[in-house]
Amino acid sequence: METCPSVKNILLLDSEGKRVAVKYYSNDWPTNVAKETYEKAVFTKTQKTNARTEAEIAMFEGNIVVYKFVQDLHFFVTGGEDENELILATVLQGFFDAVGLLLRGNVDKKEALENLDLILLCLDEIVDGGIILETDANVIAGKVASHSVDAGAPLSEQTISQALATAREHLTRSLLNG
Amino acid sequence: MAQPLVKKDDDRDDEAEYSPFLGIEKGAVLQEARVFNDPQLDPRRCSQVITKLLYLLNQGETFTKIEATEVFFAVTKLFQSRDIGLRRMVYLMIKELSPSADEVIIVTSSLMKDMNSKTDMYRANAIRVLCRITDGTLLTQIERYLKQAIVDKNPVVASAALVSGIHLLQTNPEIVKRWSNEVQEAVQSRAALVQFHALALLHQIRQNDRLAVSKLVTSLTRGTVRSPLAQCLLIRYTTQVIRESANNTQTGDRPFYDFLESCLRHKAEMVIFEAARAITELNGVTSRELTPAITVLQLFLSSSKPVLRFAAVRTLNKVAMTHPMAVTNCNIDMESLISDQNRSIATLAITTLLKTGNESSVDRLMKQITNFMSDIADEFKIVVVEAIRSLCLKFPLKYRSLMNFLSNILREEGGFEYKKAIVDSIVILIRDIPEAKESGLLHLCEFIEDCEFTYLSTQILHFLGIEGPKTSDPSKYIRYIYNRVHLENATVRAAAVSTLAKFGAVVDSLKPRIFVLLRRCLYDSDDEVRDRATLYLNTLGGDGTAVETDKDVKDFLFGALDIPLANLETSLKNYTPSEEPFDINSVPKEVKSQPLTEKKAPGKKPAGLGTPPSGPPSTEDAYEKLLSSIPEFSDFGKLFKSSAPVELTEAETEYAVNVVKHIFDSYVVFQYNCTNTIPEQLLENVVVIVDASDPEEFAEVASKPLRSLPYDSPGQTFVAFEKPEGVPAVGKFSNMLKFIVKEVDPSTGEAEEDGVEDEYQLEDLEVVAADYMMKVGVSNFRNAWESMGPDCERVDEYGLGPRESLAEAVSAVISLLGMQPCEGTEVVPNNSRSHTCLLSGVFIGNVKVLVRLQFGIDGPKEVAMKLAVRSEDENVSDMIHEIVASG
Repeated sequence: METCPSVKNILLLDSEGKRVAVKYYSNDWPTNVAKETYEKAVFTKTQKTNARTEAEIAMFEGNIVVYKFVQDLHFFVTGGEDENELILATVLQGFFDAVGLLLRGNVDKKEALENLDLILLCLDEIVDGGIILETDANVIAGKVASHSVDAGAPLSEQTISQALATAREHLTRSLLNG
Repeated sequence: MAQPLVKKDDDRDDEAEYSPFLGIEKGAVLQEARVFNDPQLDPRRCSQVITKLLYLLNQGETFTKIEATEVFFAVTKLFQSRDIGLRRMVYLMIKELSPSADEVIIVTSSLMKDMNSKTDMYRANAIRVLCRITDGTLLTQIERYLKQAIVDKNPVVASAALVSGIHLLQTNPEIVKRWSNEVQEAVQSRAALVQFHALALLHQIRQNDRLAVSKLVTSLTRGTVRSPLAQCLLIRYTTQVIRESANNTQTGDRPFYDFLESCLRHKAEMVIFEAARAITELNGVTSRELTPAITVLQLFLSSSKPVLRFAAVRTLNKVAMTHPMAVTNCNIDMESLISDQNRSIATLAITTLLKTGNESSVDRLMKQITNFMSDIADEFKIVVVEAIRSLCLKFPLKYRSLMNFLSNILREEGGFEYKKAIVDSIVILIRDIPEAKESGLLHLCEFIEDCEFTYLSTQILHFLGIEGPKTSDPSKYIRYIYNRVHLENATVRAAAVSTLAKFGAVVDSLKPRIFVLLRRCLYDSDDEVRDRATLYLNTLGGDGTAVETDKDVKDFLFGALDIPLANLETSLKNYTPSEEPFDINSVPKEVKSQPLTEKKAPGKKPAGLGTPPSGPPSTEDAYEKLLSSIPEFSDFGKLFKSSAPVELTEAETEYAVNVVKHIFDSYVVFQYNCTNTIPEQLLENVVVIVDASDPEEFAEVASKPLRSLPYDSPGQTFVAFEKPEGVPAVGKFSNMLKFIVKEVDPSTGEAEEDGVEDEYQLEDLEVVAADYMMKVGVSNFRNAWESMGPDCERVDEYGLGPRESLAEAVSAVISLLGMQPCEGTEVVPNNSRSHTCLLSGVFIGNVKVLVRLQFGIDGPKEVAMKLAVRSEDENVSDMIHEIVASG
């Protein structure tokens, strides 16, 4: 109990329970078969519930699973039995909302697969090795979406607006450092 | 494994089935990865290929060592590009590939360059990647940068370094511990999450230094913590400090309780909940401390968010196990949760209500549950059935409505496990509540009229055979049983024949009818059914031949087979058909190493959804089953109580022996559990010689020796004593273990022919008054006390002399009486000068006893006690006083 809150896995499945993107942080499911069995079981058990307006919750094989659905996408976050349910729900909400921002409101399987790179980066920014990195959807999406070009690149490679942004960043940095 | 995400079907609508990864194939993607080597990099193209590779890995695809190495080297080329998006994907890819040590060197310099980049994003991610793939030697090289990063003014960079520190602490603790100054600085950060990560790391660095943790908690509880997550951490660390300090200081209020209580008013729900849960889990929490936590949890119960309701009801469910009274305030909110959409919440609410409910609310509750049962899954139903069973045992007067409920749900659809749980519950109720017997048996009869589970039918038929003949009108069951012979499969038919025979053996008036029915079974199509019918007709004298004596018949029909089934099976397999008939006496009767451990760990399965703790009943059941299987003890009546095992030997001696005291109305049975810890010895004919010359009221009636006790497989020997009926006779017994020891050759495991007789002195054993008292709690002590009335009340005062503390005196009296403390009154608040403790129990002879103890302590630690006893029998009330007076 004195340990840091931790997340065991984050799952994004489609409406048939197949993987869109998943990330495991614990060794509870060592093989891919074990992982798939778990996903299937979680999916089947939650399938019929209505988790579209509010996040729902269930106990499962000694774990707590919080979940939320939108369109044909099912979002899950798993934590240990003793984990604070509300912390897990916060992580779920962060992930859910960040995906919504990144896909500009068109949250469905097709869109998610077409932007899988963003989804994977999003997972990477939420939890690192089980430890919660960030739960604010705006911050997560902001980190994932910052696709501007490296500030150190020669100006010739940049567009005007990028150049302006870079210049502004340089200015702020020098002011702050000064 | 590389299945396309959606199988393409020509008839299907292409639009709906579209996936960018349709038909993706590992080999092709690995080919595509060659673009990483192009002199003119196309960042978009490269990002797409990496996404495809990550997609494959995510779907469970694996790369061979060679493939992984090739991809890794190709990916390192991409550091040349300055495209941020591509770089992010490169970081992800490297983490997923988890390169080996010699490969890591290739990217180290690139990553170290990024660690010192001006772009925060590069710095943060490079730190995370490098720390993930690095080993100890490289770590010393980059340590300087990491320490800087921890105090970086960009929160993302600081968090990346701190989280990496938490991971590295597992592998390289000595290096990470050197960073504590920087981490301490980061704890003061204004960025919410940096503070959270810094606090987590700092605590892990110092977790073995109790004083440092205590200081950390003290300073932070006074200061400001910005993020709710960090606040949750602080609450966890605080409870740790509270737990440890409780052992050290006996005086003063609970430290930091005020802090926990103030967290209940935090604006973030996760903090409020963390604090409320922490309070409910405090050691020996008092009802005063509990109240504010319960109040906030009660508010959560009516939240619109399922997660909040779940968290609250789950916590309250746990509280209800130890402090049912504290939760009763929430009952109204809890009742509205019975219809909750989320079935986990509804089930937790029901089981909580069943724990906290009082006698008067049972009927209303049952009505609500009936509506609820139809739309939940079987696993939840089983939880509810178990809760109802314990409720019924708690309020035996309510058996009618509870039995009705069970019979109703028995008629509805359900799987085997669920039906079995219901049948088991009815059987237990019939056994423990005599009034419930007739109605219960009829419910079971109706159930087997339409039961699809052979196992349950045969179990019920067997049970009917034992209980049915003892009822006032046994004839009414015959119809149900005989129907089975018409309608069921062979297994059930055979069981029904046996049951009919049992009725015939016990109830003389039914005999002629039974004979008619059994004779009809002689024409059954199944061998077993015909054989049984012939056999029973024969033994009962239905075919007009010589009847065996009545006692033999009953022994045959009702007596347990005193041979272990496994042994009988082996013997039968070894028997070759010949002129010589099979001799049942040739079957060895010794049980091969009783799996004692199995009995001692009753149902230690993960207690999922508020599964009621199934500890005591199942041990008791196991004991009862064990004892009734021993013919010598079978007529001792119902087992009243079994004590916890008492060790009779020191730890790590040659022979380990403990004893369980089984109390019956007129008998006491000592069960000696023996373990032989010497591999070179085999013990045979193990008995315990008990000297009962001092306790006059006990007379030894039976002793069951243990034939053989091989190394490390526990066995039991029993000694039984008769004592005056219903009298709580006490006394001290001295024990001597007696056996024949044979040398065993450790290499072959074979024992020598000849043994030597030997003895081994065990410690004395005492039967005390508390052994005759069963711990049975009451949910509302005051009600129970009032309804018991003062007719058999006995009050007296006692001086307990100088005592260590009030708490010590209270627990001494509780253990002397062996009763169940109620409403958490066994906990004495620190520094109090007086205390009232409420106890409840059932004394031998099934006499309910309630005790109110008032303690006071004066200056030189002299403790005085006022003892008020109410019971259903004034002799018992007097007896309780005698126990205290002589204790």
